[in-house]
Amino acid sequence: MSNKKEWPLWEVFIRGKQGLNHKHVGSLRASDYKMAVDNARDVYTRRSEGVSIWVVESSNLYASDPDEAASFFEPADSKIYRHPTFYDVPDDISHM
Amino acid sequence: MSEISLEELQKKFQNKIDKDVKIEPRDWMPDDYRKTLIRQISQHAHSEVVGMLPEGNWITRAPNLRRKAVLLAKVQDEAGHGLYLYSACETLGADREQTIDDLHSGKAKYSSIFNYPAISWADMGAIGWLVDGAAIMNQVPLCRCSYGPYARAMVRVCKEESFHQRQGFEIIMVLAKGTPAQKEMAQDALNRFWWPSLMMFGPNDAESKHTKQSMDWKIKRHTNDELRQMFVDVTVPQAESIGLTVPDKDLKWNEKENRYDYGKIDWEEFWQVVKGNGPCNEDRIRVRKKAKDDGLWVREAAMAFSQKRNNKAKVA
Repeated sequence: MSNKKEWPLWEVFIRGKQGLNHKHVGSLRASDYKMAVDNARDVYTRRSEGVSIWVVESSNLYASDPDEAASFFEPADSKIYRHPTFYDVPDDISHM
Repeated sequence: MSEISLEELQKKFQNKIDKDVKIEPRDWMPDDYRKTLIRQISQHAHSEVVGMLPEGNWITRAPNLRRKAVLLAKVQDEAGHGLYLYSACETLGADREQTIDDLHSGKAKYSSIFNYPAISWADMGAIGWLVDGAAIMNQVPLCRCSYGPYARAMVRVCKEESFHQRQGFEIIMVLAKGTPAQKEMAQDALNRFWWPSLMMFGPNDAESKHTKQSMDWKIKRHTNDELRQMFVDVTVPQAESIGLTVPDKDLKWNEKENRYDYGKIDWEEFWQVVKGNGPCNEDRIRVRKKAKDDGLWVREAAMAFSQKRNNKAKVA
């Protein structure tokens, strides 16, 4: 960790209830993960919005490049045979 | 990446906006769009934070424990709203500390309503009912703002604001139904907060220099005058229903237009307060600066403690 005086930025993920996945809700500044979790509770779950919190220091997060999105996601766009509607099945066939 | 001209990027950007596709932090955006959002979101954040001051002043003097707990929760919400907004602002590349220093130096503005003092308990009612009411009117359309992080922050804020407005209305309503002195107190608060609340929507459309561009970018969805009219139309019947009188002799129902006509706003007063000459401008900034200065050692100590613990963990 650097010697910067400013507290680092953390991304906050909340599980709304058991059975759901953690979802990004926003960010906050805190000196360490303990404070980040405490602050996330006070900022993002004041009305029982969560049962579990993840925090990740923003500098540890890597993302795809939005400018490259078109070519990056193109392989999926061209493979329509990955979807069930691509296939012709007679109307009288059921349970498929 | 292939060379794309600025003009092409701008066209693609406006296309997205026109199709209601949200803009996200790392997407290309025109510099002015970024600047406009940083200005607007940081002002909005500052308003939430400075907005805690008039109410914080009454926490220890709330008339009973229920009112005290409610007011405390409301002020805590405002702090949270400030944080959602500072975070949204940071996604645009704005430096958090700089944003706050701009408030303290007077470079950045905040809602002028918070430069009026809260001198009686009824003012807690008027602030919740009118000031939060006006804020909601402004904020609900912002939930559909073209910039994703701002829109998402607004969804959270709006959910929480509706409790703010209702608790304020309840305070005013109880006073209005009380003794003649209590009713007088409620009326006095309405008298003082009515016009500044109308001013919260900003200058008339003809005078508003940012409106046209902000509407094209779908940052704003309604003009200042449209929002102000909506606020008048919903609030006047609320005042009447609890036996209070809106302090505007020109106020009357316009049957033809299906809305209220209201009197002329004192824009001279508005600009004086914006320029720093309101009753509480200096005091508000002084308190905010002091909070930052007095908290410096806490922030430094917390950081030093975390670093020490991290170093220990590395050695172990």
